[in-house]
Amino acid sequence: MIEISNINKWFGSFHVLKNCSTQVAKGEVVVICGPSGSGKSTLIKCVNGLEPFQEGTITVNDISVGGKGTDLSKLRAHIGMVFQNFELFPHMTAMQNICLGQTKVLGRSTTEAQDRANALLQRVGLGELGYKYPAELSGGQQQRVAIARALAMDPIAMLFDEPTSALDPEMINEVLDVMQELARSGMTMMVVTHEMGFARRVADRVIFMDQGEIVEDATKDDFFTRSRSERAQLFLSKILQH
Amino acid sequence: MIDFDFNAIIRNLPYLWQGMQLSLLLTGLAAAGSIVLGTILALMRLSGVRLFQWIGTAWVNFFRSLPLLLVIFWFYFLVPMVVQRQVDAFNSALIGFVLFEAAYYCEIMRSGILSISRGQAWAGYALGLRYSQTMRYVVLPQAFRNMLPILLTQTIILFQDTSLVFVVGLADFMTSAVTVAQRDSRLLELYTFTALVYFAMCYGASAYVKQLQKKIHR
Repeated sequence: MIEISNINKWFGSFHVLKNCSTQVAKGEVVVICGPSGSGKSTLIKCVNGLEPFQEGTITVNDISVGGKGTDLSKLRAHIGMVFQNFELFPHMTAMQNICLGQTKVLGRSTTEAQDRANALLQRVGLGELGYKYPAELSGGQQQRVAIARALAMDPIAMLFDEPTSALDPEMINEVLDVMQELARSGMTMMVVTHEMGFARRVADRVIFMDQGEIVEDATKDDFFTRSRSERAQLFLSKILQH
Repeated sequence: MIDFDFNAIIRNLPYLWQGMQLSLLLTGLAAAGSIVLGTILALMRLSGVRLFQWIGTAWVNFFRSLPLLLVIFWFYFLVPMVVQRQVDAFNSALIGFVLFEAAYYCEIMRSGILSISRGQAWAGYALGLRYSQTMRYVVLPQAFRNMLPILLTQTIILFQDTSLVFVVGLADFMTSAVTVAQRDSRLLELYTFTALVYFAMCYGASAYVKQLQKKIHR
C-alpha cells in the first residue's frame, strides 16, 4: 500500500534521508525507531508530503506523493496523521476539531460529522468530552482526540509521529491502548516511537534508522532476537536497560 | 477663563455628534478594509512566491515612508482622475486610509501568523485542507485572536488619524469643532471640549485593550 523507494532528502547541505526504501502492506503495522535526529520523523512526514524530498519515489495506493500531477490535499485526506505535540486546533472544541476535516474536505453535513465524531470519541474513551477545548484536556486526552480527528476522515492508513513522546508517563498507556485497538482492527499503520513494549505487542515489522539510513528492516521477532547491525543492538541495549 | 461659555458647546452638540458619527464610520470602515487588505498583504509576504513577496514588501515600505496627510491629499486629487468621475471626499479619504493603514495592519498580521507554530498548519494539511482552508480555519483565527489587542491599539491610532480629513474639508468630529469654534469665536471652549472627548474615548479604549490583553494571555 505504501511504497518508499530510494528517498533522498537534504535540508540545505545536510543529508537527512539517505536512500531509504521500504514498503508497508495493507493491514501491516510498522514501527520505526532509532536515535533522535536519525530522520525517522522526516521520513514519515514525507509519506503524506508534509516534507518534500528531492530524490526517489513514494506511492500510496499507487498514487505518487511527489508526482507533478498529484493532488496532495486529496491524497492527505485519506492518510491520517498524529503528531508528537497533538496539534489540536486550540480555538475549537474537541468536537469541532473532529468535524472540521469531515465537513470542509469530505463535504459531510454537520449532523453526519457530529454523529461520526461522537462514535469516535466513544471509541477512544472520551465520550462525554466533546464540548471541551484542548486546553481543558490532559495530554493523553488531547492525543486521543487527535487520533479520533484523523480517524474521522476514514483513512486508508495512519501515520504516527512519536505520539507519546510529549506525554507524562502515566498517560502513555491510554494512548497506546487506543493505538493497539486500532492495529487489531486491521488499520495500516506506520508508527515512529521509542515504545519498544508497544512494538513487541503490536508491530509486524520494525525499522531501525540511524543517521538518515534504514539500518534494519525486519520482522518484529527477528528484530528483537536477532538484530544484525551493531548500531541497532547498541540502541536496543540502551533503550531496554530499564 | 472668566467667560468660559459652556453653552457654546451644548448649543452645538447635535452638530458635533454628527461629526463624531462620521469619524466613527470612517474609522470602522477604514479599519475593516485595511485589516482585510493587510491580511492579504501579510499572506503575500509570507508566501513562497517571489512576486507576491515583492509586492507585499514594496507596499509596506512605500506607505510607511509617506506622511498620512500627504496620502489623504494625494488620493483626494488622484482617485477622481483614475476613475474618471467625481468621488466625494469621504470615499477618497476612505480609500487613502485603507491603502495606507493596510501597511501597518499587514505587519501586525504577519507577526501574528508567524506566532502560530508550523505544526498547526501541518495538522490542517494532514486533514486534507488546502492552503486557503488551512489559513482560513486554522491559522488566521488564531493569529487574529493573538493580535487582537495590537489590532485594536492600531485602530485607536487610526481613529485619531481620521481627524486629518480636516484638510479635505470632510466634516468629521475635529472639523466640525473647528467650524463651530471659528463661527462662534469660541476657540478655547471648543478645542478644550474636543481634546477631552478624544482623550476620554482613546484612553478608555486603551484601558479596555489592556484588560483584553490580560484575558487573552491568561
